[in-house]
Formats: sequence, C-alpha cells, structure tokens
Amino acid sequence: MNDTLQIADKTFCSRLFTGTGKFSSSALMKSALLASESELITVALKRVDVQDKQDDLLTHLDHPRINLLPNTSGVRNAKEAVFAAQLSREALETNWIKLEIHPDPKYLLPDPIETLKAAEELVKLGFVVMPYIHADPVLCKRLEEVGTQCVMPLGAPIGSNKGLKTQDFLEIIIDQSNVPVIVDAGIGAPSHAAYAMELGAHAVLVNTAIAVSQNPTAMAIAFKLAVEAGRMAYNAKLAPIVHKKAEASSPLTSFLN
Amino acid sequence: MSSFKNIFDTYNWEDTLQSIFSKTESDVLRALGHSKRDLEDFKALISPAAKPYLEEMAQLSKQLTKKRFGNTMQMYAPMYLSNECQNICTYCGFSMTNKIPRRTLTDKEILKEVAYLKDKGYDHILLVTGEANKTVGVDYIENALKLIRSQFSNITIEVQPLHQDEYEKLIDSGLFAVLVYQETYHREEYKKHHPKGKKSNFDFRLDTPDRLGKAGIHKIGLGALFGLEDWRADSFFTALHLKYLQKTYWKTKYSISFPRLRPHSGGLDPKVEMTDPDLVQLICAFRLLDEDVELSMSTRESEVFRNNIVNLGVTSISAESKTNPGGYAVAPESLEQFEISDERSTEAVTEMLKDQGLEVVWKDWSNNWE
Repeated sequence: MNDTLQIADKTFCSRLFTGTGKFSSSALMKSALLASESELITVALKRVDVQDKQDDLLTHLDHPRINLLPNTSGVRNAKEAVFAAQLSREALETNWIKLEIHPDPKYLLPDPIETLKAAEELVKLGFVVMPYIHADPVLCKRLEEVGTQCVMPLGAPIGSNKGLKTQDFLEIIIDQSNVPVIVDAGIGAPSHAAYAMELGAHAVLVNTAIAVSQNPTAMAIAFKLAVEAGRMAYNAKLAPIVHKKAEASSPLTSFLN
Repeated sequence: MSSFKNIFDTYNWEDTLQSIFSKTESDVLRALGHSKRDLEDFKALISPAAKPYLEEMAQLSKQLTKKRFGNTMQMYAPMYLSNECQNICTYCGFSMTNKIPRRTLTDKEILKEVAYLKDKGYDHILLVTGEANKTVGVDYIENALKLIRSQFSNITIEVQPLHQDEYEKLIDSGLFAVLVYQETYHREEYKKHHPKGKKSNFDFRLDTPDRLGKAGIHKIGLGALFGLEDWRADSFFTALHLKYLQKTYWKTKYSISFPRLRPHSGGLDPKVEMTDPDLVQLICAFRLLDEDVELSMSTRESEVFRNNIVNLGVTSISAESKTNPGGYAVAPESLEQFEISDERSTEAVTEMLKDQGLEVVWKDWSNNWE
C-alpha cells in the first residue's frame, strides 16, 4: 500500500523520525538509526562542528536514505533561532529546520511565543519549519497559519519516556490540523509510538528511548515495527471498544409512530 | 487561496449516493461504537441501514448535546426586511415571477418590527431578504444593522451571497453570523431550480462560506433545502463542507439548519420526500458526527415534531416566526415566503421548553467589545 508521508518537497516511507543524542558511541548510533529505517534524523547544531568536513557525527550519518534535520536546540529566543537556522542552511546545505526554543535548561520546555515569532520569520526566509511545541491546539493552528510545514507537539517532557501524557490535546491537534502532526518528545516505548500512530499522528520522533536502551539497535527495530503497526491499525480503523446499547428508559422517538 | 470547490470537485454525486446506500448494519454498529466519528461513519448513520437504530442514535445524540450544551435552548427570531427578489427559485414564494406585492421595510418600519420582537424578549435576531441588489444591497443591509445593533446582542443575516470586503464592512457594523444554504449540492439540479438571477451561479454560492471565513465572521450557518434532491447525499456534502470549514477557519463557529420544503405561493412539490423519521435520523447523525456544532430548528416544523426534537440534539429554535416583511407589526396580513407550521406564540413555546427542563436562553453574546 502506498502510504507515504509528504512534507514540503520530500516523501517519506518511514514515519519514524529519530534523533542523534545520548548514544554511547557514533558507531552504535549509526547501527541503531540504520536499523530503524528512519529517513529523517535530527541533529543538534550545537553538537556539530560545521567547519569540519570530517565531523564525527555527520560522517556517521552519511547515508543515501538519511535526510538530516538540523535543530536549534540551545537557542533561547527567536533571534538566536533565526541566526542558528541561517548558519545551518549555509553549513549543511538544507533549508529544513527543526525549531526548538527552550529558554529553560532544566526541562527544555519550548517557548511558544518565541517559537511562533521565529517560525513566521523563517518561513518568510524560505525554510521548511518543523516546530517543537507544547501540545497546544491553538498554537498549532497559529503555526499552520504562518506557514510551518508540520507541527511537532510533545507527548510528555522531553527525555522523560512517560508516553502520551498530553493525549487529549494531541487528539484535538490531529483533528484540527491541515499539516502533518508529528509527536515529538516523551515517547518512551514502542507501545507509546504505536498508540500515537493509532490516534492519527502522521509520524513520531523518538530519540532517548532508543539511544538509552540497553540494546539501541534492537529497540530501533522495535520502534520501526511499532510505528508501522500503529499506522496500519489507524488506516484499517480500530473496532469500537464495546458497543453498549444506550439506556432507553424513556423512548425518545416513539412520537414518530 | 483556500476554496471548498477544490475539494467538492473531486466528488461525484452518484458515487456518493451509492456509497451511502451500500452501508451495512455492521458499518452502523461501528459508527455507533466509535467515540469520534468521521464522514464514513456519518454516511452509515444517515443510510437506510441505520433506520433500526434510530432510538439508539437519539439517546446518544441527547447525551452528547447535554454534555456540550447543558439543559439550554437558544431562542432567535427571524425578521424579514424585504421580499423583493431578482432570482427565479422554483421553490420560493418570493421568486421574481410570482405576482405578489413587494415590500422593503423603511427605517421606521424596521424599528416597529424590532419593538415587537424586543417586547417578546428576543435578543438574537436573524435578518432575511430576497436578492435585489439595487434596493436591498449591501448599503441597505448595513443601514439596517446600524439601526438595530444597539437593541440586539447578536445579529445574523440570511441574504444574497456577498464579497469578502462587503462582509468585512457588515461585520464592522455589528454582524455576528451569516446563514448561507447551498439549497442543493447537486450542480445540475441546482441549475434547474435557479434558472435566472445571480443565484444561478452555483460556484459563487458554494464558496460563500470561504469568503465569510476569510472575512473573519463569528459564525457560519450551513444547510440544504430538503426536497430538491436526495437528502442523504445533500447532507453528506453539507457535512463535508462543515468539516472543511472547521479545519480551515478554525476561529469561526458553525451551525446547521434542516429546512424541508414547505407549501408557498406558486409551490413546488418535493422531488424526494424526507419523512419525520428521516429528519430525526439526520439531526442525530449530525450530533454524533460533531459534538460542538449548533443545530437549529425553525417553525417550518410542526408543534409535535418540535416538542420532541428539542431534546434530541437541537440547540436553537425560533418561535412565532413571520416570513413576510413587516409580518410582526407593520403588515401582518401580507404574503409569506412559506407557511410556517408551528404557529404557537413565543410564550407557549418557551413554556413547553421549560416544562421539558430546558433553560430558555435569550442572550448569549455581547457586541459591546467590538
């Protein structure tokens, strides 16, 4: 079945997006990410030496299937984010940017006001903007209006592995959105990823849960299968949980007889 | 620019109809069991296969409506400003070729009608006109809005489709909502029923809610006139339109109305009959599709029908309506657009609502901050 995901000019067969942080070695990272079959992999600009053609991280990601998605992790406001994105476009030759603005270094929670400001400017500058945000349905519509190519609401605090704590809001976002919804942050287990896909998320982004697992390569495969299963289930439409007959203590339609 | 026409043009009427009629009992059961329903579920719920499940749909619809709207019913009154019209619409009493006396209310007459409705307690009003752009154009409507805006918290219009800048002008003058029914989404049948006048432009009408959304209107009312074509297919397209608009103009509220063809001067018999159980099925299906959409019921329907439907999903109703300009106080004897069916007074209708445990809501908006 042709069930690809289109974002801007790119078509993805895999709906599992991944990240590059927290692996114990670049070799292990490469093994896990290739096993995941992920086609979009985010890299923190702050971790890359853009002057160095032989940068360790980047050389390990040099593979025809892999599209790099630079992220602005570390910036604290819109101004810094726009600057970082421009730097990234020049150095990495991609106009794709994962917009992350978290002024707080502890929980890494995204700043919605600065994110909207930066998104608007980056879209005008020709970037494909993928904003990491709270699961805020109104913010998602506002970002869509300024032209972001997707929205990336969090499922739980980043790195927490707690799953879809924001489920009710994610469901509203999925219901309302005209752009792909990618659940980013908080997904700690393949079952969380499958569940997000069953709810109708267009893709998920997983990093910590793979990187910090005892066996990242096996876990990457588990996530790949979970995302595929969840998507397949979504397309097949879930059966109702239980069809309980509504209580008909006083009939409402007897007047029609 | 976003346009519903682009989506609509990818659908085919006959295929849609066939898809609705091929829904099975298991499709209906699945649709009933889902907590969130999509347009395929909606098709199942309006299909003949759902008929045996009408009571169950009604119970669910009642539950969902109570959850979202509580035990309340919004009251509104239509006020016809003019029956001048340059359209030929086969089903309408105001159609250009009908030999009836034409009247367009003056400022003084508008205020006389307003005084009558205010005395009855109405605070949400629906202004209605035919389409006569020279005498009842945007300037006339704007004047009417300015004339009455201090007396009503919420003003809706049901007039000819306008351009975006015209809507923006009217919003500035106090307009809250616009009702614009497609009548039928069957392009060829539409043409037959609207052979002459600006209304014969199907596409301009189809994209009217888009222009309203872009103008930033607070609420858009959709609907089809049941009797012109198959009500199931027309309702599917109304639902498709609704879902598209909700995603695109997400700051706007939406309402659905369910007008069935009524007798009128120079009358047209319905091509496709919609029975009372059909209408109940449709109202419940809309509620099951969308918990938040407002569902409106006019006095076209009978007393008995309205007494029972107020608990099944409907959230706003009118009472004592007159469908002729000046019908309340200026010229009560003039000819109506169509005959209403429930002729009870406002007092009698509100008593009925209270007896059923519903709070009658007169005011649910403030135009003071705009």
